[in-house]
Amino acid sequence: MEQEVLNLPEGAVPGPSKAPGARSIVRARKRPVWEIGFEVGLEWLIRLCGISAILFVFGIFAFVFREGAAFLFSSRFSLVKFLFTTEWYPTSMSNIRYGVLALIVGTGSVTILAMAIAVPFGLGAAIFISEFCTGRLKEILKIIIELLAAIPSVVWGFIGISIMNPLIQTVFSVPVGLNVFNGATLLALMSVPIMVSIGEDSLKAVPDSFREAALAMGATRWQTIVRVLLPAAKNGLLAAVLLGIGRAVGETMAVLMATGHAVKIPHSIFDPVRTLTATIAAELGEASVGSDHYQVLFIVGILLFTITFVVNLSADLIVRGVRKG
Amino acid sequence: MHLTKIRLWAGVCLSAAAICLLIAGCKRKAQEESGGAEQSKKVVIQNIGSDTMVNLAQAWAEFYAKTEPMVSVEVSGGGSGVGVAALINGTAEIANCSRKLEPEEVAKAKSQGKDPKEFLVGFDGLAVYVHKDNPLSQISLEELAEIYREGGKINKWSEVGVSAIPGSKSNDIIRVSRQNNSGTYQYFRETVVGKKADFKQGSLDMNGSKDVVELVSKTPGAIGYSGLGYATAAVKILKISAKRGEGGVQPSIASVHDKTYPLSRPLFMYTPGEPSAQVKRYIDWIVAEPGQKIVEQTGYVPLPKN
Repeated sequence: MEQEVLNLPEGAVPGPSKAPGARSIVRARKRPVWEIGFEVGLEWLIRLCGISAILFVFGIFAFVFREGAAFLFSSRFSLVKFLFTTEWYPTSMSNIRYGVLALIVGTGSVTILAMAIAVPFGLGAAIFISEFCTGRLKEILKIIIELLAAIPSVVWGFIGISIMNPLIQTVFSVPVGLNVFNGATLLALMSVPIMVSIGEDSLKAVPDSFREAALAMGATRWQTIVRVLLPAAKNGLLAAVLLGIGRAVGETMAVLMATGHAVKIPHSIFDPVRTLTATIAAELGEASVGSDHYQVLFIVGILLFTITFVVNLSADLIVRGVRKG
Repeated sequence: MHLTKIRLWAGVCLSAAAICLLIAGCKRKAQEESGGAEQSKKVVIQNIGSDTMVNLAQAWAEFYAKTEPMVSVEVSGGGSGVGVAALINGTAEIANCSRKLEPEEVAKAKSQGKDPKEFLVGFDGLAVYVHKDNPLSQISLEELAEIYREGGKINKWSEVGVSAIPGSKSNDIIRVSRQNNSGTYQYFRETVVGKKADFKQGSLDMNGSKDVVELVSKTPGAIGYSGLGYATAAVKILKISAKRGEGGVQPSIASVHDKTYPLSRPLFMYTPGEPSAQVKRYIDWIVAEPGQKIVEQTGYVPLPKN
């Protein structure tokens, strides 16, 4: 019954009409009209909830695109200059330039470093929880790691400014503590929970017969994990990493506060940078509606949307591959 | 049969909850609407705008609430541009602005049928801050321009005569600036960097006046500009001279009034058209003795007495 409801084909009517026994009983009880009408109404309401996500996604994309489109296709805007120059002077009085290369590099550098930190930790934690942990410890760990995901990003940003900033300055003796490293550490901590929970799920999905076979072959635990489990779960683990990247690319508040917000291509991980998201957050509030600057910020939004869409789509396709395989 | 029954009950419960929520929502909305009609008792003045002025505006609002309990002034920041936008949209009765209205803004307001009225309410001395351990005590506008301007030549502290800053191993000047649409950013560009010039890239662009001072206080090699009212014990305010080698002027009430301090600017309040009686009384109170005293207490520069 439950299965039937879950995998309901589109257009099918659930409930009494599918179960002949129930229908006859309902008939015998003479269901009042309002009750039937109510049920149909409720069914439509739930269906609407289901498809609303699609409406919202397309609605948001259409809105962002509409706000930026006029300028995107105007002669004053050059896509090549936009993507491949580093000069970002949207409010210049003499020479307005919209180049987001430094911002793309900023987002990229923070994300890559964040993943370099988060992937070993996240996957390591996933392996530990799934393969080495049992009973109570496992439950406690899972809850605590999920708690990590519940910390609001502005709190992370606050930690970045007040704790990480002086810490980085003294430990690495660098002039500014608000930099790529600071932002990336925060993003790593923020994306670890996603990686752990998805990574753990995909390791759990590997049939026990694999583990038993490895044991029967005399493999050590290490060999079992590296040669059997990781290859078997690789799609799920990759999806976990990609979703982590999606989170890191789209994160705004923490990086706005912790990366130093400087338009420049970083030469080391201790240089301040500015990300695409932080630029929108910092500037949209005061850009007058409909101005070129406002529209360019929406084009930056389209760019971000494209990046996260590609990342999430590939994660999704990979997960689908897991289900089939 | 059992399942159907459970489902039915679940459905009934769910819908009951939904209906309750709906009713509650409608009720609240209705209350809010009727509340709007009863507003004649307590007057709320919306005051939006400049981040530079937000501390000051809040202090005014607090003190005014003591003298006029029936008037409540709600202050929010966001920047001069946000204030002007709110003025044009009609969501603010008073816009705080740390600059004069731009001609386009006036035109836009006029196109919406509004004729902004300007009130001078005080002055702000823009201070140049360095870390308290920085041995530098004064700087010229020329040097500041070279530090901040795109293509400017000064990038190291040694180039302004500072050989070493205690606590900082690097000699690089870390420029702290503001986000590119803040009124402070525009004022600094106009008066220091050059009207037709741009900022050198790679500065740390903070989102608030306070953030600039805070970052400078934590970064020994940094220099930054922000309102005089944001000074703390952990930063040092530099004296400013027009040219290299001249004696610098410390920002003070006197040096702002006699215009010897080069980085000071007027602070304005704008109303959309003629202010209502309550708003007028508030602004009159601000420009009079009690309001101006608060200007001085919060670290800004009051209007000259005459």
